[in-house]
Amino acid sequence: MKLDEFFVTGDPLILGSQIAIGLTMVGLVVLITYLKKWKWLWNEWFTTVDHKKIGIMYIIAGVLMFFRGGVDGLMMKAQTSRPNMEFLDAQHYDEVFTTHGVVMILFMAMPMLIGIINVVMPLQIGARDVAFPKLNALSFWTFFVGAMLFNISFVIGGSPDAGWTSYFPLAGKEFSPDVGNNYYAIALQIAGIGTLASGINFIVTILKMRAPGMKLLKMPMFTWTTLVTSVLIVAAFPILTVALALMTLDRIFGAHFFTVAAGGDPMLWLNLFWLWGHPEVYIVVLPAFGMFSEVIATFSRKNLFGYVTMVVSIVAIAFLSMLVWVHHFYTMGNSAAVNSVFSITTMMIAIPTGVKIFNWLFTMRKGRIQFSNAMLWALAFIPCFTIGGVTGVMLAMAAADYQYHNTMFLVAHFHYVLIPGVVFAVFAGLYYWWPKMFGFKLNEKIGKWHFWLFVIGFNLTFMPMFFVGLDGMSRRMYTYSESTGWGAWLGVSAVGGLILAAGFAALVYNIYWSFRYASRDIGGDPWDARTLEWATASPVQEYNFAVIPEVTDHDEFWKMKKEGRNTLKKEDVKDIHMPSNSGIPIIFSVAIGIVGFFLVFEWNTLAAIFSVGIIAGLIANSFDYDDGYHIPAKKVWETERKWRGDL
Amino acid sequence: MASQTSTPLEYSTKQNEMNILGFWIFLGAEIVLFSTLFATYFVLEQSHAGGPTQGDLFILKDVLIETFLLLTSSFTMGLAIHQMRDNNKSAMLVWTILTLLLGLGFLYFEINEFIHYVHEGLTMQTSAFGSAFFTLLGTHGLHVSLGIGWVVLLIIQVLRRGITAVTARKFFIVSLYWHFLDVVWIFIFTFVYLKGMM
Repeated sequence: MKLDEFFVTGDPLILGSQIAIGLTMVGLVVLITYLKKWKWLWNEWFTTVDHKKIGIMYIIAGVLMFFRGGVDGLMMKAQTSRPNMEFLDAQHYDEVFTTHGVVMILFMAMPMLIGIINVVMPLQIGARDVAFPKLNALSFWTFFVGAMLFNISFVIGGSPDAGWTSYFPLAGKEFSPDVGNNYYAIALQIAGIGTLASGINFIVTILKMRAPGMKLLKMPMFTWTTLVTSVLIVAAFPILTVALALMTLDRIFGAHFFTVAAGGDPMLWLNLFWLWGHPEVYIVVLPAFGMFSEVIATFSRKNLFGYVTMVVSIVAIAFLSMLVWVHHFYTMGNSAAVNSVFSITTMMIAIPTGVKIFNWLFTMRKGRIQFSNAMLWALAFIPCFTIGGVTGVMLAMAAADYQYHNTMFLVAHFHYVLIPGVVFAVFAGLYYWWPKMFGFKLNEKIGKWHFWLFVIGFNLTFMPMFFVGLDGMSRRMYTYSESTGWGAWLGVSAVGGLILAAGFAALVYNIYWSFRYASRDIGGDPWDARTLEWATASPVQEYNFAVIPEVTDHDEFWKMKKEGRNTLKKEDVKDIHMPSNSGIPIIFSVAIGIVGFFLVFEWNTLAAIFSVGIIAGLIANSFDYDDGYHIPAKKVWETERKWRGDL
Repeated sequence: MASQTSTPLEYSTKQNEMNILGFWIFLGAEIVLFSTLFATYFVLEQSHAGGPTQGDLFILKDVLIETFLLLTSSFTMGLAIHQMRDNNKSAMLVWTILTLLLGLGFLYFEINEFIHYVHEGLTMQTSAFGSAFFTLLGTHGLHVSLGIGWVVLLIIQVLRRGITAVTARKFFIVSLYWHFLDVVWIFIFTFVYLKGMM
């Protein structure tokens, strides 16, 4: 392979990105060296096993990926803003919609949610960390390496271009001979390992590490959704693992799972992909539901309405989510009977989801609602998400789906589900838990700009897509003629995209402003909240709880405050055991990334040689007998006195 | 020492309990993984694309030897855990090494079997059946190979440290893994080989 084939050349946009990426990397290295921060980065962040820091790294990665995926989205909006536009050619457009989808689902939504889960869930159950802190670090680093591998595709070798679903035969070697789809198969595989490990880690944490007295039905709702999402991860991600492995074997090693010529079956890919893909939608949306539940209860100053029905609905949604995958390909040769069954299971999901919507509304009813930024996102979520839900029921009808299938109507639908359902939730969660992570609040006034720009921009961008979709515009069309009459709709949509981007910029500015100017004197509980994470300092002490609390109620912290139990006695403070930092996760993940990179380019010998690094990592880990260390009681007491003040 | 308490050594600490539960959940994920591979095989088992079929290839004798070796290794692994609970290090290691040898024997016969199939004209590239067959069997074989490497590491650790709460937990977990591979093999034996020879 020659160098000019290795780097993507010939497109000024990509050349610009290559230069920008190069300069940014050099700039970062120079800056860190100049500030002498390498040692600090390595000791405090790269080798950390603290769930809060890992969560923060996930969130930072998620924000960066949001930017990347957002730029892809804006490029699509620019290209379709007018008829016969010549901003992107067909190939480039294909690459952009593919990476937009993959990045937004797997490298933006997932890390944002897993990041917030990491920070909050152990605190909510009164634990000192997750069950397997080192594995948690490994989860993050494999995710990060996978994300980076995927992201370099557009400058080195070429991006995947067969859509985020990568259907065969298009995604096969015959029709996509370039390395782009290898990136898809390998990078997702690496990131998937991390997600599976997170799922296992969270389940064990929740089942085994709850504070005494916290029965399953006394857990905060966000913890419940985390548990159910983790079960879904364990049930669904191995299917993706297999599907991607088979894709890799087909593309790199000449196997025939999905190639028709030697008896393979492209529909097998579709089935495997959506057997993972549909539960994946609920994997991202359930924790989001949990966040809304916490935010709505806190800012309505009431406990959550219908706690048990909430739990039952989550479990029902998770169960049904495994039984609906065929609705993604009603039009692709199923019998009427099969389509009918999957129509019904799909529509059934609307029932538990409706129950949840009403529970949130009843939580607010007669509450004393505070319109904080976190609450605003929750309020905007309900109507926007309902539009997504109702159009989902329309799509669920197999006969009608022959009209909607693969049109912009579908694209509008899933953006109306995923943006209010996940992105609004992440924003609500960030505004709500930001003080727990960083010790200061995000500015409420700039936050209002963020909120209104984003919500208005979102509706302007995606509402027109319903109409062009019903008018027959199929998805992934890179251009259209004037006579279609779609120009006005899509022009409005493009303007909406710009407003959406301005909203995101307002968030970034808010983070910058608040980091510099916001008050640090906010105490442990700035929202007068209800659950245990607020019984800690802001930002949280490294050991979380000086003394593990005894739990008697769902809203334990609320009750503690009412009963005046939120104090600490010196004699109760003992030495606290902590896990040690470890360099193994990051080194091991980088080794996996290097092997993955060679596999992408089908340099199989090099990949095999460097696999030794992976095996060495496993061996090193097996012989690692580090037992951690103790924080002496005296030091804990001093830390507690410092933030509590009144002891 | 260990036999004086009712809780086995591997369950004696909270962290151990969590590791073992975590591994059970991981095995749940492994069940999904192998189920997917089985489903793939069932979809593609008749897609021979003019290449060799199950009937042309499978030889009952070889498969029975593999089955016998692997099932016996599961039994000896069980005995090793039994000795571990009696805190009998040398007997534990003897049974473990026997397990390893049986595992290696299984791998030897399986690799020979694969070589035989390649000679008969079935490779991963021949047909969809070949792809699905070698992937399902290969994934299982790879698991066994990893298991052998893992057990070797643990033997070294037990020799160095003796039977402690940590090594006992590690050994117990690898035994779960080993039994799981045995269960998968029973399904392969039944639904790939016996079904294919009928």
